[in-house]
Amino acid sequence: MGSVNHAVDLSVSLGPLSLANPVLTASGTFGYGAEFAHLVPLARLGGVVVKGISLAPRPGNPPPRIVETPCGMLNAIGLENVGAERFIADKMDFLRTCGCRVIVNILGDSIEEYASLATRLTGVAGIDGLEVNISCPNVKKGGVAFGTVPEMAAAVTQAVKAATDLPVIVKLSPNVTDIVAMARAVEAAGADAISLINTLIGMAIDARTRRPRLANVIGGLSGPAIKPIALRMVWQVASAVKIPVIGIGGIATAEDAIEFLLAGAAAIQVGTANFINPAAAGQIVDGIGEYLHQQGESSVRAIIGSLRLGA
Amino acid sequence: MPEYQENSIIDQVDRIAESFYRLTLHAPLIAATARPGQFVMAACGPFLDPLLRRPFSIHRCNGSDTLQLLIRVVGRGTELLARCRPGQGLSLVGPLGQGFNPPAPSAPVCLIGGGIGIAPLLFWAERLKEHQPCTVPLLFWAERLKEHQPCTVLLGSRTGEDLLQLSAEFSQLGCRVETATDDGSLGHHGLVTDLLAARLSEVDKVYACGPMPMMAAVARSCRDAQVACEVSLEAHMACGLGACLGCTVHGAGGLYLHVCKKGPVVNAEEVAWDR
Repeated sequence: MGSVNHAVDLSVSLGPLSLANPVLTASGTFGYGAEFAHLVPLARLGGVVVKGISLAPRPGNPPPRIVETPCGMLNAIGLENVGAERFIADKMDFLRTCGCRVIVNILGDSIEEYASLATRLTGVAGIDGLEVNISCPNVKKGGVAFGTVPEMAAAVTQAVKAATDLPVIVKLSPNVTDIVAMARAVEAAGADAISLINTLIGMAIDARTRRPRLANVIGGLSGPAIKPIALRMVWQVASAVKIPVIGIGGIATAEDAIEFLLAGAAAIQVGTANFINPAAAGQIVDGIGEYLHQQGESSVRAIIGSLRLGA
Repeated sequence: MPEYQENSIIDQVDRIAESFYRLTLHAPLIAATARPGQFVMAACGPFLDPLLRRPFSIHRCNGSDTLQLLIRVVGRGTELLARCRPGQGLSLVGPLGQGFNPPAPSAPVCLIGGGIGIAPLLFWAERLKEHQPCTVPLLFWAERLKEHQPCTVLLGSRTGEDLLQLSAEFSQLGCRVETATDDGSLGHHGLVTDLLAARLSEVDKVYACGPMPMMAAVARSCRDAQVACEVSLEAHMACGLGACLGCTVHGAGGLYLHVCKKGPVVNAEEVAWDR
Protein backbone atom coordinates (compact mmCIF):
# COMPACT_ATOMS: atom_id res chain seq x y z
CA MET A 1 0.00 0.00 0.00
CA GLY A 2 1.23 3.49 -0.72
CA SER A 3 4.67 2.67 -2.05
CA VAL A 4 3.33 1.71 -5.47
CA ASN A 5 1.38 4.93 -5.70
CA HIS A 6 4.47 7.07 -5.26
CA ALA A 7 5.77 5.71 -8.54
CA VAL A 8 2.81 7.03 -10.51
CA ASP A 9 1.13 10.41 -10.80
CA LEU A 10 -2.50 10.13 -9.76
CA SER A 11 -3.34 13.81 -9.94
CA VAL A 12 -6.12 15.02 -12.22
CA SER A 13 -7.82 18.31 -13.00
CA LEU A 14 -11.52 19.03 -13.16
CA GLY A 15 -11.22 22.28 -15.04
CA PRO A 16 -10.09 24.81 -12.40
CA LEU A 17 -10.18 22.17 -9.62
CA SER A 18 -7.10 19.99 -9.16
CA LEU A 19 -7.31 16.70 -7.25
CA ALA A 20 -4.49 14.62 -5.74
CA ASN A 21 -6.19 11.56 -7.22
CA PRO A 22 -9.36 10.87 -9.17
CA VAL A 23 -11.34 9.24 -6.32
CA LEU A 24 -14.17 11.20 -4.73
CA THR A 25 -17.00 10.02 -2.49
CA ALA A 26 -20.50 10.51 -3.86
CA SER A 27 -23.01 12.84 -2.28
CA GLY A 28 -25.43 11.16 0.10
CA THR A 29 -23.21 8.15 0.70
CA PHE A 30 -20.53 9.68 2.91
CA GLY A 31 -22.46 12.00 5.21
CA TYR A 32 -20.48 15.15 5.98
CA GLY A 33 -17.22 13.19 6.07
CA ALA A 34 -16.93 12.92 9.85
CA GLU A 35 -19.16 9.84 9.87
CA PHE A 36 -16.36 7.86 8.20
CA ALA A 37 -13.38 9.44 9.92
CA HIS A 38 -12.79 6.40 12.17
CA LEU A 39 -12.78 4.04 9.22
CA VAL A 40 -11.18 5.87 6.27
CA PRO A 41 -8.07 8.06 6.11
CA LEU A 42 -9.81 10.93 4.31
CA ALA A 43 -6.51 12.57 3.40
CA ARG A 44 -5.85 9.69 1.01
CA LEU A 45 -8.93 10.52 -1.08
CA GLY A 46 -9.14 12.96 -3.95
CA GLY A 47 -12.09 14.58 -2.25
CA VAL A 48 -15.37 14.30 -0.44
CA VAL A 49 -18.68 15.38 -1.96
CA VAL A 50 -20.91 16.06 1.02
CA LYS A 51 -24.56 15.21 1.46
CA GLY A 52 -26.78 17.56 -0.57
CA ILE A 53 -27.52 20.88 1.12
CA SER A 54 -30.61 23.04 0.68
CA LEU A 55 -31.09 26.60 1.92
CA ALA A 56 -33.41 25.52 4.78
CA PRO A 57 -33.16 22.18 6.64
CA ARG A 58 -35.29 19.36 5.21
CA PRO A 59 -36.71 16.54 7.35
CA GLY A 60 -36.81 13.97 4.56
CA ASN A 61 -39.36 11.28 3.77
CA PRO A 62 -41.22 8.97 6.16
CA PRO A 63 -39.88 5.43 6.63
CA PRO A 64 -39.26 2.95 5.13
CA ARG A 65 -36.72 4.87 3.10
CA ILE A 66 -34.45 2.15 1.74
CA VAL A 67 -34.80 -1.35 0.36
CA GLU A 68 -32.25 -3.78 -0.97
CA THR A 69 -32.69 -5.01 -4.55
CA PRO A 70 -30.60 -7.46 -6.61
CA CYS A 71 -27.03 -6.06 -6.55
CA GLY A 72 -28.39 -2.68 -5.57
CA MET A 73 -30.61 -0.63 -3.34
CA LEU A 74 -33.46 1.82 -3.70
CA ASN A 75 -33.58 4.94 -1.57
CA ALA A 76 -36.15 7.62 -1.02
CA ILE A 77 -34.43 9.63 1.70
CA GLY A 78 -36.15 12.81 0.55
CA LEU A 79 -33.06 15.02 0.61
CA GLU A 80 -32.92 15.17 4.41
CA ASN A 81 -30.23 17.66 5.38
CA VAL A 82 -29.29 20.19 8.04
CA GLY A 83 -29.61 23.24 5.79
CA ALA A 84 -26.91 25.69 4.70
CA GLU A 85 -26.48 27.60 7.95
CA ARG A 86 -26.04 24.57 10.19
CA PHE A 87 -23.85 22.94 7.57
CA ILE A 88 -21.51 25.92 7.63
CA ALA A 89 -21.61 26.26 11.43
CA ASP A 90 -21.47 22.58 12.47
CA LYS A 91 -19.93 20.55 9.65
CA MET A 92 -17.26 22.72 8.04
CA ASP A 93 -14.84 22.72 10.99
CA PHE A 94 -14.19 19.01 10.51
CA LEU A 95 -14.14 19.24 6.72
CA ARG A 96 -11.49 22.01 6.80
CA THR A 97 -9.14 19.58 8.56
CA CYS A 98 -9.89 16.43 6.58
CA GLY A 99 -6.95 16.83 4.22
CA CYS A 100 -8.77 16.41 0.92
CA ARG A 101 -10.89 18.49 -1.43
CA VAL A 102 -14.37 19.37 -0.19
CA ILE A 103 -17.14 19.67 -2.74
CA VAL A 104 -20.57 20.74 -1.53
CA ASN A 105 -23.61 19.27 -3.29
CA ILE A 106 -26.44 21.81 -3.53
CA LEU A 107 -30.11 21.37 -4.29
CA GLY A 108 -33.19 23.53 -4.46
CA ASP A 109 -36.71 23.74 -5.74
CA SER A 110 -36.27 27.00 -7.63
CA ILE A 111 -33.50 28.59 -9.67
CA GLU A 112 -33.36 31.36 -7.07
CA GLU A 113 -32.68 28.82 -4.28
CA TYR A 114 -29.74 27.34 -6.19
CA ALA A 115 -28.34 30.82 -6.77
CA SER A 116 -28.80 31.85 -3.12
CA LEU A 117 -27.04 28.69 -1.96
CA ALA A 118 -24.14 29.28 -4.30
CA THR A 119 -23.84 32.86 -3.04
CA ARG A 120 -23.98 31.76 0.61
CA LEU A 121 -21.36 29.03 0.22
CA THR A 122 -18.94 31.14 -1.80
CA GLY A 123 -16.18 32.46 0.40
CA VAL A 124 -16.74 29.89 3.15
CA ALA A 125 -13.23 28.70 3.94
CA GLY A 126 -12.58 25.08 3.08
CA ILE A 127 -15.08 24.68 0.26
CA ASP A 128 -13.29 23.81 -2.97
CA GLY A 129 -16.22 23.42 -5.34
CA LEU A 130 -19.95 23.02 -5.79
CA GLU A 131 -21.81 20.10 -7.29
CA VAL A 132 -25.29 21.01 -8.49
CA ASN A 133 -27.93 18.31 -8.02
CA ILE A 134 -30.44 19.01 -10.79
CA SER A 135 -32.53 15.87 -10.18
CA CYS A 136 -34.87 17.86 -7.91
CA PRO A 137 -38.35 18.91 -9.00
CA ASN A 138 -38.83 22.54 -10.06
CA VAL A 139 -41.73 23.63 -7.88
CA LYS A 140 -42.50 26.66 -10.04
CA LYS A 141 -42.72 24.50 -13.16
CA GLY A 142 -45.15 21.93 -11.80
CA GLY A 143 -42.50 19.70 -10.26
CA VAL A 144 -40.72 18.72 -13.47
CA ALA A 145 -37.16 17.85 -12.53
CA PHE A 146 -34.61 20.48 -13.58
CA GLY A 147 -32.45 17.68 -14.85
CA THR A 148 -34.94 16.38 -17.41
CA VAL A 149 -35.32 19.54 -19.51
CA PRO A 150 -32.13 20.88 -21.13
CA GLU A 151 -33.29 24.52 -20.96
CA MET A 152 -34.02 24.27 -17.22
CA ALA A 153 -30.73 22.52 -16.51
CA ALA A 154 -28.93 25.25 -18.43
CA ALA A 155 -30.77 27.97 -16.51
CA VAL A 156 -29.76 26.48 -13.13
CA THR A 157 -26.18 26.11 -14.30
CA GLN A 158 -26.06 29.71 -15.49
CA ALA A 159 -27.56 31.03 -12.25
CA VAL A 160 -25.08 29.12 -10.10
CA LYS A 161 -22.13 30.16 -12.25
CA ALA A 162 -23.21 33.79 -12.01
CA ALA A 163 -23.43 33.53 -8.21
CA THR A 164 -20.05 31.96 -7.46
CA ASP A 165 -16.42 31.87 -8.48
CA LEU A 166 -16.06 28.30 -7.15
CA PRO A 167 -15.69 25.50 -9.70
CA VAL A 168 -19.18 24.27 -10.61
CA ILE A 169 -19.89 20.61 -11.35
CA VAL A 170 -23.38 19.77 -12.63
CA LYS A 171 -24.64 16.29 -11.68
CA LEU A 172 -26.86 14.79 -14.35
CA SER A 173 -29.90 12.60 -13.87
CA PRO A 174 -29.98 9.42 -15.98
CA ASN A 175 -33.78 9.53 -16.10
CA VAL A 176 -33.82 11.23 -19.50
CA THR A 177 -34.14 10.12 -23.10
CA ASP A 178 -31.02 11.94 -24.32
CA ILE A 179 -28.21 12.27 -21.80
CA VAL A 180 -25.93 13.91 -24.37
CA ALA A 181 -28.41 16.74 -24.94
CA MET A 182 -28.43 17.41 -21.20
CA ALA A 183 -24.64 17.39 -21.05
CA ARG A 184 -24.29 19.77 -23.98
CA ALA A 185 -26.85 22.14 -22.45
CA VAL A 186 -25.00 22.47 -19.14
CA GLU A 187 -21.64 22.71 -20.91
CA ALA A 188 -22.94 25.59 -23.02
CA ALA A 189 -24.32 27.23 -19.86
CA GLY A 190 -20.83 27.36 -18.36
CA ALA A 191 -20.45 24.25 -16.19
CA ASP A 192 -16.81 23.55 -15.30
CA ALA A 193 -17.41 19.80 -15.15
CA ILE A 194 -20.19 17.24 -15.37
CA SER A 195 -20.79 14.34 -12.99
CA LEU A 196 -23.03 11.40 -13.84
CA ILE A 197 -25.07 9.39 -13.11
CA ASN A 198 -27.44 10.16 -10.27
CA THR A 199 -29.76 7.27 -9.29
CA LEU A 200 -32.20 5.62 -11.70
CA ILE A 201 -35.82 5.82 -10.60
CA GLY A 202 -37.11 2.41 -9.56
CA MET A 203 -39.67 0.62 -7.43
CA ALA A 204 -40.08 -2.48 -5.30
CA ILE A 205 -43.25 -4.20 -4.12
CA ASP A 206 -43.89 -6.63 -1.28
CA ALA A 207 -46.12 -9.23 -2.94
CA ARG A 208 -47.28 -10.64 0.39
CA THR A 209 -48.64 -7.36 1.74
CA ARG A 210 -49.32 -5.90 -1.76
CA ARG A 211 -47.61 -2.72 -0.57
CA PRO A 212 -44.70 -0.74 -2.01
CA ARG A 213 -41.52 -1.36 -0.06
CA LEU A 214 -40.78 2.38 0.15
CA ALA A 215 -43.18 4.80 1.84
CA ASN A 216 -42.48 7.15 -1.08
CA VAL A 217 -43.46 4.28 -3.48
CA ILE A 218 -40.61 5.08 -5.89
CA GLY A 219 -36.96 5.71 -5.17
CA GLY A 220 -33.48 5.97 -6.64
CA LEU A 221 -31.65 2.80 -7.63
CA SER A 222 -27.92 2.67 -6.92
CA GLY A 223 -25.18 0.09 -6.52
CA PRO A 224 -23.47 -2.39 -8.87
CA ALA A 225 -26.79 -3.03 -10.63
CA ILE A 226 -26.58 0.35 -12.40
CA LYS A 227 -22.92 0.25 -13.41
CA PRO A 228 -23.38 -0.78 -17.06
CA ILE A 229 -25.88 2.03 -17.63
CA ALA A 230 -23.62 4.55 -15.91
CA LEU A 231 -20.62 3.43 -17.93
CA ARG A 232 -22.55 3.76 -21.20
CA MET A 233 -23.75 7.26 -20.32
CA VAL A 234 -20.31 8.41 -19.17
CA TRP A 235 -18.80 7.16 -22.43
CA GLN A 236 -21.46 8.93 -24.52
CA VAL A 237 -21.12 12.20 -22.61
CA ALA A 238 -17.32 12.17 -22.45
CA SER A 239 -17.28 11.64 -26.21
CA ALA A 240 -19.57 14.64 -26.75
CA VAL A 241 -18.32 17.41 -24.43
CA LYS A 242 -14.99 19.15 -23.88
CA ILE A 243 -15.31 19.75 -20.13
CA PRO A 244 -14.19 17.04 -17.66
CA VAL A 245 -16.61 14.25 -16.77
CA ILE A 246 -16.85 12.54 -13.39
CA GLY A 247 -18.11 8.95 -13.54
CA ILE A 248 -20.56 7.70 -10.90
CA GLY A 249 -22.64 4.56 -10.70
CA GLY A 250 -21.99 1.23 -9.02
CA ILE A 251 -18.25 1.68 -8.53
CA ALA A 252 -17.13 -0.73 -5.81
CA THR A 253 -13.59 -1.73 -6.84
CA ALA A 254 -10.53 -0.24 -8.50
CA GLU A 255 -11.35 -2.21 -11.64
CA ASP A 256 -14.79 -0.58 -11.78
CA ALA A 257 -13.18 2.84 -11.40
CA ILE A 258 -10.63 2.12 -14.14
CA GLU A 259 -13.43 1.15 -16.54
CA PHE A 260 -14.94 4.62 -16.08
CA LEU A 261 -11.56 6.29 -16.59
CA LEU A 262 -11.06 4.32 -19.80
CA ALA A 263 -14.53 5.40 -20.94
CA GLY A 264 -13.46 9.02 -20.60
CA ALA A 265 -14.10 10.03 -16.98
CA ALA A 266 -11.42 12.32 -15.55
CA ALA A 267 -12.43 11.31 -12.01
CA ILE A 268 -14.92 9.00 -10.35
CA GLN A 269 -17.16 8.96 -7.30
CA VAL A 270 -17.66 5.99 -5.00
CA GLY A 271 -21.22 5.89 -3.71
CA THR A 272 -23.21 2.96 -2.37
CA ALA A 273 -20.00 0.96 -1.94
CA ASN A 274 -19.12 3.22 1.01
CA PHE A 275 -22.04 1.70 2.91
CA ILE A 276 -20.88 -1.85 2.32
CA ASN A 277 -17.15 -1.35 2.53
CA PRO A 278 -16.21 1.91 4.27
CA ALA A 279 -12.61 1.32 3.16
CA ALA A 280 -13.62 1.12 -0.52
CA ALA A 281 -12.60 4.61 -1.64
CA GLY A 282 -9.10 4.28 -0.15
CA GLN A 283 -8.67 0.80 -1.63
CA ILE A 284 -9.69 2.16 -5.04
CA VAL A 285 -6.97 4.85 -4.85
CA ASP A 286 -4.39 2.14 -4.17
CA GLY A 287 -5.82 -0.16 -6.82
CA ILE A 288 -5.64 2.49 -9.54
CA GLY A 289 -2.00 3.05 -8.66
CA GLU A 290 -1.25 -0.66 -8.90
CA TYR A 291 -3.04 -0.92 -12.25
CA LEU A 292 -1.05 1.97 -13.70
CA HIS A 293 2.17 0.38 -12.49
CA GLN A 294 1.22 -2.95 -14.08
CA GLN A 295 0.27 -1.22 -17.33
CA GLY A 296 3.55 0.68 -17.40
CA GLU A 297 1.84 4.06 -17.22
CA SER A 298 3.37 6.89 -15.21
CA SER A 299 0.23 9.03 -14.96
CA VAL A 300 -3.45 8.30 -14.51
CA ARG A 301 -4.12 10.99 -17.11
CA ALA A 302 -2.68 8.68 -19.74
CA ILE A 303 -5.53 6.22 -19.42
CA ILE A 304 -8.43 8.68 -19.33
CA GLY A 305 -10.52 8.07 -22.43
CA SER A 306 -8.05 5.49 -23.73
CA LEU A 307 -10.74 2.92 -24.51
CA ARG A 308 -9.70 0.87 -27.53
CA LEU A 309 -12.38 0.69 -30.20
CA GLY A 310 -12.41 -1.23 -33.47
CA ALA A 311 -10.09 -4.03 -34.50
CA MET B 1 -15.97 6.08 20.34
CA PRO B 2 -13.75 3.79 18.27
CA GLU B 3 -15.30 2.04 15.27
CA TYR B 4 -13.61 -0.68 13.28
CA GLN B 5 -13.99 -2.51 10.01
CA GLU B 6 -12.78 -5.91 11.19
CA ASN B 7 -12.40 -9.23 9.43
CA SER B 8 -13.61 -11.57 12.13
CA ILE B 9 -13.12 -15.32 12.08
CA ILE B 10 -16.05 -17.61 12.80
CA ASP B 11 -15.24 -19.88 15.74
CA GLN B 12 -18.52 -21.67 16.05
CA VAL B 13 -22.05 -21.82 14.62
CA ASP B 14 -24.72 -23.27 16.89
CA ARG B 15 -28.32 -23.84 15.95
CA ILE B 16 -30.08 -23.09 19.22
CA ALA B 17 -33.64 -23.33 17.89
CA GLU B 18 -35.26 -24.13 14.56
CA SER B 19 -34.55 -20.74 12.97
CA PHE B 20 -32.14 -19.25 15.56
CA TYR B 21 -28.41 -19.53 15.00
CA ARG B 22 -25.67 -18.32 17.30
CA LEU B 23 -22.43 -17.24 15.65
CA THR B 24 -19.35 -17.07 17.83
CA LEU B 25 -16.75 -14.77 16.29
CA HIS B 26 -13.13 -13.96 16.99
CA ALA B 27 -13.19 -10.15 16.66
CA PRO B 28 -10.71 -8.66 19.14
CA LEU B 29 -10.99 -5.00 18.03
CA ILE B 30 -14.76 -4.85 18.34
CA ALA B 31 -15.06 -7.22 21.31
CA ALA B 32 -12.65 -5.15 23.41
CA THR B 33 -14.77 -2.02 23.16
CA ALA B 34 -18.38 -3.16 22.64
CA ARG B 35 -20.97 -2.14 25.19
CA PRO B 36 -24.34 -3.86 25.77
CA GLY B 37 -26.98 -2.62 23.34
CA GLN B 38 -24.51 -1.68 20.61
CA PHE B 39 -24.60 -3.36 17.22
CA VAL B 40 -22.42 -4.44 14.31
CA MET B 41 -23.00 -4.37 10.56
CA ALA B 42 -22.17 -7.85 9.24
CA ALA B 43 -21.50 -8.65 5.58
CA CYS B 44 -23.53 -11.64 4.37
CA GLY B 45 -20.59 -12.93 2.37
CA PRO B 46 -17.60 -11.89 0.29
CA PHE B 47 -19.59 -10.86 -2.80
CA LEU B 48 -21.91 -7.98 -3.75
CA ASP B 49 -25.14 -9.98 -3.73
CA PRO B 50 -26.83 -9.65 -1.32
CA LEU B 51 -25.40 -6.15 -1.41
CA LEU B 52 -25.94 -4.64 2.00
CA ARG B 53 -24.56 -5.54 5.40
CA ARG B 54 -27.12 -6.57 8.00
CA PRO B 55 -27.35 -4.93 11.44
CA PHE B 56 -27.12 -7.29 14.42
CA SER B 57 -27.10 -6.29 18.04
CA ILE B 58 -24.24 -7.81 19.98
CA HIS B 59 -25.67 -10.89 21.67
CA ARG B 60 -22.75 -11.61 23.96
CA CYS B 61 -19.24 -10.30 24.36
CA ASN B 62 -16.39 -11.44 26.56
CA GLY B 63 -14.84 -7.98 26.64
CA SER B 64 -11.57 -9.09 25.09
CA ASP B 65 -11.65 -11.04 21.83
CA THR B 66 -14.90 -12.91 21.27
CA LEU B 67 -18.42 -11.84 20.53
CA GLN B 68 -21.62 -13.63 19.60
CA LEU B 69 -24.45 -12.73 17.23
CA LEU B 70 -27.90 -14.27 17.40
CA ILE B 71 -29.39 -14.65 13.95
CA ARG B 72 -32.92 -15.57 12.99
CA VAL B 73 -33.16 -16.80 9.42
CA VAL B 74 -35.66 -14.53 7.66
CA GLY B 75 -34.23 -14.20 4.14
CA ARG B 76 -31.27 -14.82 1.87
CA GLY B 77 -28.78 -12.76 3.86
CA THR B 78 -29.48 -14.40 7.18
CA GLU B 79 -29.60 -17.82 5.52
CA LEU B 80 -26.10 -17.30 4.13
CA LEU B 81 -24.90 -16.28 7.59
CA ALA B 82 -26.49 -19.33 9.17
CA ARG B 83 -24.64 -21.53 6.67
CA CYS B 84 -21.23 -20.12 7.63
CA ARG B 85 -18.70 -22.64 8.91
CA PRO B 86 -15.98 -22.33 11.55
CA GLY B 87 -12.78 -20.93 10.12
CA GLN B 88 -14.53 -18.72 7.60
CA GLY B 89 -14.05 -14.96 7.72
CA LEU B 90 -16.89 -12.53 8.32
CA SER B 91 -16.46 -8.79 7.82
CA LEU B 92 -17.92 -6.64 10.60
CA VAL B 93 -18.19 -2.89 11.15
CA GLY B 94 -18.63 -1.89 14.76
CA PRO B 95 -19.25 -1.44 17.58
CA LEU B 96 -21.93 1.05 16.54
CA GLY B 97 -24.62 3.15 18.16
CA GLN B 98 -25.76 3.91 21.69
CA GLY B 99 -26.00 1.09 24.22
CA PHE B 100 -28.13 0.58 27.32
CA ASN B 101 -27.72 3.07 30.16
CA PRO B 102 -27.12 1.61 33.61
CA PRO B 103 -29.91 1.56 36.19
CA ALA B 104 -29.52 3.06 39.63
CA PRO B 105 -27.26 0.87 41.81
CA SER B 106 -29.08 -2.17 43.20
CA ALA B 107 -32.41 -1.03 41.71
CA PRO B 108 -34.54 -3.93 40.46
CA VAL B 109 -34.82 -4.02 36.67
CA CYS B 110 -36.85 -5.89 34.09
CA LEU B 111 -35.52 -7.02 30.70
CA ILE B 112 -38.25 -7.88 28.21
CA GLY B 113 -37.50 -9.41 24.83
CA GLY B 114 -39.61 -10.67 21.94
CA GLY B 115 -38.25 -13.13 19.36
CA ILE B 116 -34.91 -12.11 17.89
CA GLY B 117 -35.14 -8.99 20.09
CA ILE B 118 -33.89 -11.15 22.94
CA ALA B 119 -30.42 -10.98 21.36
CA PRO B 120 -28.96 -7.86 23.07
CA LEU B 121 -30.56 -8.64 26.43
CA LEU B 122 -28.24 -11.54 27.23
CA PHE B 123 -25.15 -9.33 26.89
CA TRP B 124 -26.88 -6.73 29.09
CA ALA B 125 -27.95 -9.28 31.72
CA GLU B 126 -24.42 -10.68 31.87
CA ARG B 127 -23.05 -7.20 32.39
CA LEU B 128 -25.64 -6.40 35.02
CA LYS B 129 -24.90 -9.60 36.91
CA GLU B 130 -21.14 -9.83 36.54
CA HIS B 131 -18.45 -7.27 36.89
CA GLN B 132 -16.82 -6.78 33.50
CA PRO B 133 -14.19 -4.04 33.38
CA CYS B 134 -15.64 -2.40 30.31
CA THR B 135 -18.50 -0.04 31.05
CA VAL B 136 -17.00 2.92 32.79
CA PRO B 137 -20.14 4.10 34.66
CA LEU B 138 -20.50 0.60 36.11
CA LEU B 139 -17.02 0.38 37.55
CA PHE B 140 -17.40 1.92 40.97
CA TRP B 141 -20.45 0.00 41.96
CA ALA B 142 -20.08 -3.11 39.87
CA GLU B 143 -19.10 -5.33 42.78
CA ARG B 144 -22.10 -4.32 44.82
CA LEU B 145 -24.25 -4.71 41.73
CA LYS B 146 -23.24 -8.32 41.39
CA GLU B 147 -24.94 -9.11 44.63
CA HIS B 148 -27.84 -6.77 44.56
CA GLN B 149 -29.13 -5.96 41.07
CA PRO B 150 -32.35 -7.97 40.97
CA CYS B 151 -33.16 -8.76 37.38
CA THR B 152 -36.40 -10.15 36.01
CA VAL B 153 -36.31 -11.34 32.41
CA LEU B 154 -39.49 -11.75 30.36
CA LEU B 155 -39.02 -13.66 27.11
CA GLY B 156 -41.57 -14.15 24.36
CA SER B 157 -41.51 -16.03 21.08
CA ARG B 158 -43.72 -18.00 18.75
CA THR B 159 -42.97 -21.36 20.28
CA GLY B 160 -41.28 -22.74 23.38
CA GLU B 161 -38.47 -24.39 21.45
CA ASP B 162 -37.13 -20.91 20.57
CA LEU B 163 -36.73 -20.08 24.25
CA LEU B 164 -35.42 -23.27 25.87
CA GLN B 165 -31.72 -22.54 25.68
CA LEU B 166 -31.96 -18.76 26.06
CA SER B 167 -34.18 -18.90 29.15
CA ALA B 168 -31.80 -21.40 30.76
CA GLU B 169 -28.89 -19.04 30.15
CA PHE B 170 -30.66 -16.09 31.76
CA SER B 171 -31.58 -18.35 34.72
CA GLN B 172 -27.95 -19.39 35.15
CA LEU B 173 -27.02 -15.73 35.57
CA GLY B 174 -29.37 -15.52 38.52
CA CYS B 175 -32.17 -13.72 36.71
CA ARG B 176 -35.78 -14.59 37.42
CA VAL B 177 -37.13 -15.74 34.04
CA GLU B 178 -40.69 -15.92 32.80
CA THR B 179 -41.74 -16.93 29.31
CA ALA B 180 -44.68 -16.43 26.99
CA THR B 181 -45.36 -18.15 23.68
CA ASP B 182 -47.85 -17.61 20.88
CA ASP B 183 -48.69 -21.33 20.78
CA GLY B 184 -48.72 -21.86 24.54
CA SER B 185 -46.02 -24.54 24.37
CA LEU B 186 -43.95 -22.85 27.11
CA GLY B 187 -45.00 -20.51 29.89
CA HIS B 188 -47.81 -18.02 29.43
CA HIS B 189 -50.02 -18.64 26.38
CA GLY B 190 -50.10 -15.15 24.90
CA LEU B 191 -48.01 -12.04 24.58
CA VAL B 192 -44.88 -11.38 26.61
CA THR B 193 -46.26 -7.94 27.35
CA ASP B 194 -49.07 -9.63 29.33
CA LEU B 195 -46.39 -10.65 31.86
CA LEU B 196 -45.12 -7.13 32.36
CA ALA B 197 -48.14 -5.73 34.24
CA ALA B 198 -47.53 -7.92 37.27
CA ARG B 199 -43.87 -6.89 37.47
CA LEU B 200 -44.10 -3.14 36.89
CA SER B 201 -44.75 -2.31 40.52
CA GLU B 202 -41.55 -4.16 41.51
CA VAL B 203 -39.06 -2.59 39.12
CA ASP B 204 -37.26 0.72 38.71
CA LYS B 205 -36.43 0.42 35.05
CA VAL B 206 -37.44 -1.65 32.03
CA TYR B 207 -35.26 -2.52 29.04
CA ALA B 208 -37.14 -3.78 25.99
CA CYS B 209 -36.21 -5.16 22.59
CA GLY B 210 -38.52 -6.80 20.10
CA PRO B 211 -41.05 -6.05 17.36
CA MET B 212 -42.32 -2.44 17.26
CA PRO B 213 -45.89 -3.32 18.44
CA MET B 214 -44.41 -5.13 21.45
CA MET B 215 -42.13 -2.22 22.34
CA ALA B 216 -45.00 0.23 21.85
CA ALA B 217 -47.06 -1.76 24.37
CA VAL B 218 -44.14 -1.88 26.81
CA ALA B 219 -43.57 1.87 26.42
CA ARG B 220 -47.25 2.62 27.12
CA SER B 221 -47.32 0.39 30.21
CA CYS B 222 -44.16 1.97 31.56
CA ARG B 223 -45.39 5.51 30.94
CA ASP B 224 -48.68 4.75 32.70
CA ALA B 225 -46.84 3.23 35.66
CA GLN B 226 -44.15 5.97 35.60
CA VAL B 227 -41.36 3.46 35.24
CA ALA B 228 -38.28 4.40 33.21
CA CYS B 229 -38.00 2.47 29.96
CA GLU B 230 -35.29 2.07 27.35
CA VAL B 231 -35.98 0.34 24.05
CA SER B 232 -33.61 -1.04 21.43
CA LEU B 233 -34.99 -0.10 18.00
CA GLU B 234 -34.66 -1.97 14.74
CA ALA B 235 -34.76 -0.52 11.23
CA HIS B 236 -33.52 -1.32 7.76
CA MET B 237 -30.18 0.42 7.34
CA ALA B 238 -27.53 0.49 4.66
CA CYS B 239 -24.47 1.79 6.52
CA GLY B 240 -24.98 1.94 10.30
CA LEU B 241 -22.76 5.02 10.32
CA GLY B 242 -25.22 7.88 9.99
CA ALA B 243 -24.54 8.43 6.31
CA CYS B 244 -27.36 6.73 4.40
CA LEU B 245 -30.13 8.26 6.56
CA GLY B 246 -32.26 5.21 5.76
CA CYS B 247 -32.92 3.93 9.29
CA THR B 248 -35.57 6.44 10.23
CA VAL B 249 -38.15 6.09 13.01
CA HIS B 250 -40.83 8.66 13.89
CA GLY B 251 -39.61 10.48 16.97
CA ALA B 252 -41.59 12.33 19.61
CA GLY B 253 -42.01 15.98 18.69
CA GLY B 254 -42.39 15.21 15.00
CA LEU B 255 -38.71 14.81 14.18
CA TYR B 256 -37.18 11.70 12.70
CA LEU B 257 -34.75 9.57 14.71
CA HIS B 258 -31.93 7.73 13.02
CA VAL B 259 -31.67 4.36 14.70
CA CYS B 260 -27.96 3.91 13.96
CA LYS B 261 -26.71 7.08 15.67
CA LYS B 262 -29.40 8.18 18.10
CA GLY B 263 -30.06 4.50 18.95
CA PRO B 264 -30.45 1.65 18.68
CA VAL B 265 -31.13 2.13 22.41
CA VAL B 266 -33.27 5.18 23.16
CA ASN B 267 -35.46 6.35 25.97
CA ALA B 268 -38.98 5.09 25.14
CA GLU B 269 -40.28 8.67 25.52
CA GLU B 270 -38.25 9.71 22.47
CA VAL B 271 -40.30 7.58 20.05
CA ALA B 272 -43.69 8.49 18.54
CA TRP B 273 -45.29 5.08 19.13
CA ASP B 274 -48.63 5.97 17.59
CA ARG B 275 -47.15 6.75 14.14
